[in-house]
Amino acid sequence: MTTPIPTTDQPKPDLATLQVAPTRHYGRWFGTAVLLVLVAMLVHTLFTNPRFQWTVVAEYFTTPTIIEGLFNTLWLTAAAMAIGIVLGTVLAIMRLSPNPVLSGSAATFVWFFRGTPLLVQLIFWFNLSALYPKLSLGIPFGPEFISGSANEFITVYVAALLGLGLNEGAYMAEIVRAGINSVHSGQREAAEALGMSSRRILTRIILPQAMRVIIPPTGNQLIGMLKTTSLVSVIALPDLLYSAQMIYSSNFQTIPLLIVASIWYLIVTTILSIGQYFVERRFSKSDNKPAFTLARLKKTVTNGQREATA
Amino acid sequence: MNAPATTAVESDVAVECVAVQKSFDGTPVLKSIDLSVPHGQVMCVIGPSGSGKSTFLRCINHLERIDGGLLRVAGEMVGYREHKGRLHELRHHEIARRRADIGMVFQSFNLFPHLTVLENIIEAPMAVRKNQRDDAVADARRLLDKVGLTGREDAYPRMLSGGQQQRVAIARALAMRPKLMLFDEPTSALDPELVGEVLSVMKELAAEGMTMIVVTHELGFAREVADTVVFMDGGYIVEQGAPAEMFANPQTERCRDFLGKVL
Repeated sequence: MTTPIPTTDQPKPDLATLQVAPTRHYGRWFGTAVLLVLVAMLVHTLFTNPRFQWTVVAEYFTTPTIIEGLFNTLWLTAAAMAIGIVLGTVLAIMRLSPNPVLSGSAATFVWFFRGTPLLVQLIFWFNLSALYPKLSLGIPFGPEFISGSANEFITVYVAALLGLGLNEGAYMAEIVRAGINSVHSGQREAAEALGMSSRRILTRIILPQAMRVIIPPTGNQLIGMLKTTSLVSVIALPDLLYSAQMIYSSNFQTIPLLIVASIWYLIVTTILSIGQYFVERRFSKSDNKPAFTLARLKKTVTNGQREATA
Repeated sequence: MNAPATTAVESDVAVECVAVQKSFDGTPVLKSIDLSVPHGQVMCVIGPSGSGKSTFLRCINHLERIDGGLLRVAGEMVGYREHKGRLHELRHHEIARRRADIGMVFQSFNLFPHLTVLENIIEAPMAVRKNQRDDAVADARRLLDKVGLTGREDAYPRMLSGGQQQRVAIARALAMRPKLMLFDEPTSALDPELVGEVLSVMKELAAEGMTMIVVTHELGFAREVADTVVFMDGGYIVEQGAPAEMFANPQTERCRDFLGKVL
């Protein structure tokens, strides 16, 4: 036998008058105070230490050498990331192949390019002509079609793209592999049961879902790459950092020019971070979580007000 | 083995199994399955967990490859072709072509979470059957109406209840106009109050004459809808018969035991 329980919205009257006192966080207050003092000191020194030479910073901020360097950094970042993403995707698919030669070579590639410093790889590619003075294209162990001097082919740009791109490919391979593995096996089975082709399953079902796992770390890699390109200054490619170095090696304004380069790196990183937010949102649209929009913010605020007044 | 013909033969048998065997890493899961399902019939497969029911179902559309025996759907072997007395596994696109005629509904729905309900349904008809988008959409709407989900075209799977998701999954399978539908415990992942809505869609499908093989624990459904019930245990078909007969008067000890626990 069941008994109906009367439901009521009325709280018991004597309990309704009780108030909730928030916990006092003394530790947080102390931490806040310490930080405020440190921030004040930092701001103070930025404005009062004349050795920052903000006028010099302003003077060189948009000087043509710096802007050219910035553009070199930007296209190098984009090109190296593009190579890295394409190569990484291919490597990840190879790595997941049942064929041991394919998966083994992909694993070895990743092992090698993650296992040696990028700086070494860059210098190595730049000096490839010491190992292979002549490069040629032809049938393996057979006739050659085109050949030429390695010194002419491996310019600083080619060396930089090879070094940055291949290294990035190794990292991206692991990211893409983790992404593909994150897609539940039932997804592939459902697509197979519908008679879809392997390629269609990969491009339409697996990769779009893997994107949600792939994109956040790829954004990280992109931002990392922006700054990693500064390593190419060792092979004298005039990127943002090397351009700043060229200027301060003649006028000895080391600190202001490093500040110029840093501010540019920060500006681009900020733009990329904002872009990352929107791309991530695009690829998680199937989540229940609604996207952050102004209209939604407004709704949240008005709802909050309504609750407060109620 | 005296396999009759290498080419597809029109037969009145939708699914035909002779001595089908399957093991995982040396552990036999299907020891020897002999079975035939005539066109237009509904077969329910029951049995304790680990008896090989789901594996058997997955062998039918070659999600699992069989290790021995013969398995034909509409007269055609699903994953193999015979050539000079040997079976050769087909290439993926050939398997895919045969799978397209077999609809499958999974226990965990396996809807594509990044696609809307409508996109889930029209994906395969467009990609595999090369249907025009307009035709595929019209067909999808008709199927959504059939499973009682008109108006949910633009919802993402996560916004739907389990029962609704499973009904979309059924619509997705039907959009390929399959000749055979496989159901792998379609209601086992559902809250009890949602089971009925899925079963009623399946009943309607059965009434329309769809050939169905249903692995299920819903004995009430089996009793009402199935033409034949198959009881599997330990990798064998232990007992087979009309539901009313089997449930009332099981012939084997193991079947009696199982029914005693679940009925």
